[in-house]
Amino acid sequence: MEPIVWMLIDMLLAVALVALGWASLASKDSRRAVVLFIGFGLLLALVWVRLRAPDIALAEAAIGAGLTGALLFSALGDEAGASPAGEQATAPTSAPLWHGVLLTVLSMGLAIVLGIAFVYALGHADPARLADEVYVNLADSGVSNPVTGVLLNFRAYDTLLELAVMLAAVLGVLALGPARPGYPASGPVFLALTRWLVPLLIVTGGYLLWAGAHAPGGAFQAGALLAAAGVLLRLAGDPAGGLPRGVAFRGLLVAGVAAFLVVGLAVMLAGRPFLDYPVNWAGSLILAIETAATFGIAATLVTAFVCGRPEQRPEKHRLAANARVQPRVEANGGERS
Amino acid sequence: MFTEQVIYGLAGIGLFSLGLRMVFSAGALLRRVLAINFAGAGLFLLLIAVAYQGTGAVPDPVPHALVLTGIVVAFSATALALALGRRLRELSDDR
Repeated sequence: MEPIVWMLIDMLLAVALVALGWASLASKDSRRAVVLFIGFGLLLALVWVRLRAPDIALAEAAIGAGLTGALLFSALGDEAGASPAGEQATAPTSAPLWHGVLLTVLSMGLAIVLGIAFVYALGHADPARLADEVYVNLADSGVSNPVTGVLLNFRAYDTLLELAVMLAAVLGVLALGPARPGYPASGPVFLALTRWLVPLLIVTGGYLLWAGAHAPGGAFQAGALLAAAGVLLRLAGDPAGGLPRGVAFRGLLVAGVAAFLVVGLAVMLAGRPFLDYPVNWAGSLILAIETAATFGIAATLVTAFVCGRPEQRPEKHRLAANARVQPRVEANGGERS
Repeated sequence: MFTEQVIYGLAGIGLFSLGLRMVFSAGALLRRVLAINFAGAGLFLLLIAVAYQGTGAVPDPVPHALVLTGIVVAFSATALALALGRRLRELSDDR
C-alpha cells in the first residue's frame, strides 16, 4: 500500500484512541464508560499489531480489554447496590474552579515534559541500543522469540518480581473479605457454548505457551486464556470459576514465583549466579518456568475476578452473602478459612 | 524518526495527560480506576512508539517486555483497587 494510505490509517487509529478515552472518561453512565474502555482496549490491540508488537497485542486483547473489562463489569454490580447519593457527594462540581485549572496546568506540564523526553529518545537514539545486545545474545537464550528471551532470560529478575507483585495484589484482594456471590446456573444455550469454549481456550492456551519460545505468545498470554476459561465457568454458574480449594489453590497462586525461585536457586547450586541458566539447559528451564507461571497467572487472574477465596458450594455461599450478620454463617466462614 | 512513531507517540502523550487529569477530578472510584488505566495505556503507547523501527526492521524487544509486564501489573492493581473500594463501601453501609 502507499505510504500516504498507511499514514491516514495511523492518524485515524490514533485519533480514535484519544476520542474513545475522552468519551469513556466524560461519560455520565458508568456502564457506558466501561464498554468504551473495552472498545478502547480492542482498538489498542490493533495499534500494537501495527507497531509490530504482536506479543503485546495478544496480552492487550486478553487482559487489557477482556479480563479488565470483566472485572470492571463485576465491580459495576457492586456499585449498583450503593446509594446514588454517595456518588453525588464526590462529584467534581463541588471542587473550586482554581482546583480544576491547576490540575489542567499540571497535567499539561507533565505532558510537555513527556513530549520533550519523547523527542529526545527519537532524535538522539543511541547506536549501542539494548536491542542489539538482545539480538546478538538471542542464540544463547534458549528461545528465538526476542520478547520471551528478554522476559525469561535476560531480564528474568524483572519477571520474577512482577509475578511477586501479582501475588501481593491477589493476597491483598483475598485479605479484603469473602468472594462476590456466584451467578445463578445459566441456561442450556450458554452451558453448551461453555462446553465448547472452555476446552478450546485450554488448547489455545497450551499452544500459546509452547509457541512463546519462537513466535508471539508465552506464559502471560496463555495464562490469560486459561483465566478467560475460568471467567466463563463462573458466569455459567460455578462460583469458584474452576479454581480448586485449600492447599491446591494456594499452590497454584504461588506456582510461578516458586518455579522461578527453585530454578534460580538450583543454578546457584551449580555454581552460577542467580537465574543465570546454563546455555544447554536454558530452553527447557524457560519452558518449565513458563508452564508453572501460566497456571499461577491464570489462578491469580481468576481470583481477582472472583474477588476473594473461591467457594464451591453455591447454596451455602449465597446464604453467607445474604445474611452475613447471623452467627451460624460466621461459623461457616471460620470453617472455610 | 518515522511518521508512525510521531503519530502514536503524540496519541500516547495525549492519553496520558487526559487520564492523569481525570484521576484527580473524577468523582467515583470506578472512574478514577478507569482514568489511571487510560493514563497507563498512553505511557505504553509512548514506549512502543519509541521501540518501533519502521516496517522493514525488527523493533526493540526490551520495551515490549516492559509493556507486557506493565499490562499484567495494571490488571493486578486495578483488581486490588476495586476490591478495596468494595470493602470500603461495605464498611460504610454497615455503619
